[in-house]
Amino acid sequence: MKPGRVATFAAHELRVAFRNRWVVTAIAVLTVFAGVLAFAGSAPTGSTAADPLTVLTVSLISLSVYIVPLLALLLAFDAFAGERERGTLSLLLTYPIERSEMVLGKFAGHSVILGCAIFIGFASAAGIVLLDGKADLAGASALLRLTVTATLLGMTFLAIGYVVSAVVRQATTAAALSVGLWLIAVVLFDLVLLSALVADDGGLFTRHIFPWLLVGNPADGFRLFNLASLPGDVAVAGGVTAGAAGPSPLVALVILVAWAGGALLFAIDRVRRIEP
Amino acid sequence: MSASVLVLDNLCKRYGALAAVKDMTMAVEPGERLVLVGHNGAGKTTLFNMVLGLTRPSSGNLTVFGAPAGSLAAREATAFLPESVAFNGALSGTETLKFFARLRGEDVACVHGLLDRVGLADAGHKAVRTYSKGMRQRLGLAQALIGSPRLLVLDEPTSGLDPVSRKRFYDIVDSCAARGTTVLTSSHALTEMEAHADRIIIMRKGEMAADGTLQSLRQQTKLPTRIRVRAVSAEPVSQMTKELDGCRINGQAVEVVCAANRVSAHMKSIAAFGDAVADVEILPPGLDDIYLHFSARNDGDDLP
Repeated sequence: MKPGRVATFAAHELRVAFRNRWVVTAIAVLTVFAGVLAFAGSAPTGSTAADPLTVLTVSLISLSVYIVPLLALLLAFDAFAGERERGTLSLLLTYPIERSEMVLGKFAGHSVILGCAIFIGFASAAGIVLLDGKADLAGASALLRLTVTATLLGMTFLAIGYVVSAVVRQATTAAALSVGLWLIAVVLFDLVLLSALVADDGGLFTRHIFPWLLVGNPADGFRLFNLASLPGDVAVAGGVTAGAAGPSPLVALVILVAWAGGALLFAIDRVRRIEP
Repeated sequence: MSASVLVLDNLCKRYGALAAVKDMTMAVEPGERLVLVGHNGAGKTTLFNMVLGLTRPSSGNLTVFGAPAGSLAAREATAFLPESVAFNGALSGTETLKFFARLRGEDVACVHGLLDRVGLADAGHKAVRTYSKGMRQRLGLAQALIGSPRLLVLDEPTSGLDPVSRKRFYDIVDSCAARGTTVLTSSHALTEMEAHADRIIIMRKGEMAADGTLQSLRQQTKLPTRIRVRAVSAEPVSQMTKELDGCRINGQAVEVVCAANRVSAHMKSIAAFGDAVADVEILPPGLDDIYLHFSARNDGDDLP
């Protein structure tokens, strides 16, 4: 593998994403949503003891769980199925390149786009809160941790999106499958777990199986890790994750990284099998 | 290791029950301009895909410059121009070529010369989505010329090109061949390939139906040559028709159909008419006729 060719693919993806207004769109979406949360965030809490920056972080955790995987899947679904459909893939595959270089290059380029969008969105939200003057910088480290792990969450779903894009022939099929996956990972999974919790009523499932199922899902693991790292007793608004008292937050982080790495390796394997 | 550019040894590709390529064995030598002709579904594209490493043979062997087809070494030596080539429309021609040059590990400075060579120097800065089909095809050729490949694979390269662009296209490809590049072309435009083919392979239902130079295929087919004689006026035409044993095609012209080795004898009789003859055309069987002959042989019912 040549790092130079990975960089070539990454730069190519970035250039195309800039031209297609993808970069601008991703930044705009995250900035608008994070900005709205920053303005609205202070209203429901009123004058709590909690630091405004920490309150913002809690809101951004919930936002990230939904929006970051979606953005990542939207960037990734077209990566191979779309190129195959448009006929640009077969020419590329006749070049003296490793297919892993192409996957890693796209991954790097898309990760940079997501990372920049997340950073700019979250930084502008933090700016809004800090302008108010009541916040102190104690909550900054949690926000920084959130920015990094949200990018990691996005990278995980990029890799998952590549797998989808490599195994189907049509871009529209890949898009539909990606949206389905998103729905399962960030919405249905939690609902199913929640109903299981209610049905189990504090039994074996609740105490031993549920916590591991929770960290097993990259989206929930991400939420768990970030909520657990918040200062003091803020970790309340965590949805289904609030009831978990199982594996440590670090385990959740490790599992998230394992998801990203595993999905990426799987995507490389699938792309190697493509016969355009 | 082999000195041949391309060696096929009992090469087969099956898709389920369908044999797309059956038992092909041949060798291609450096600098040869090989043209592959055949009906749709004859196996040309499958063969190309195997040469390019896009699909694996079901059985048999295929090497490119001694390396297995699809290996990094084989792909380094090979360049490909797909039929109706596609590029990302958001990028300019220059950006597209620079991307491909970087992937080949070539200096990006080469792209300006290449754009100039295919006649796109003025359009290099424009987005590829604004290009006409012919311009895209020329950009495709420029892409294939990056780094002077030793094997050039062209799939229906001139479809969509106007006659001027076609001529320019073949000039460029021929100049590559003159410098030792092997050119493998598949084409339906048989007549225009005649002047640019050192060797012709006719494929039929996944098999090689014929392999040889235009001349040798002509001899194999024993197809007749046509001689067209146009007279200065209508008067001598009926006598010409009788003496030459031809048939009248209009008021002033006669067509004679004869075996290739009888042409000179007929020419003598035509010369005897002296000034009465305005014009003589000799039409040997073209690639079209030869192709029809080979592809219809044995059974004529398999053609779409």
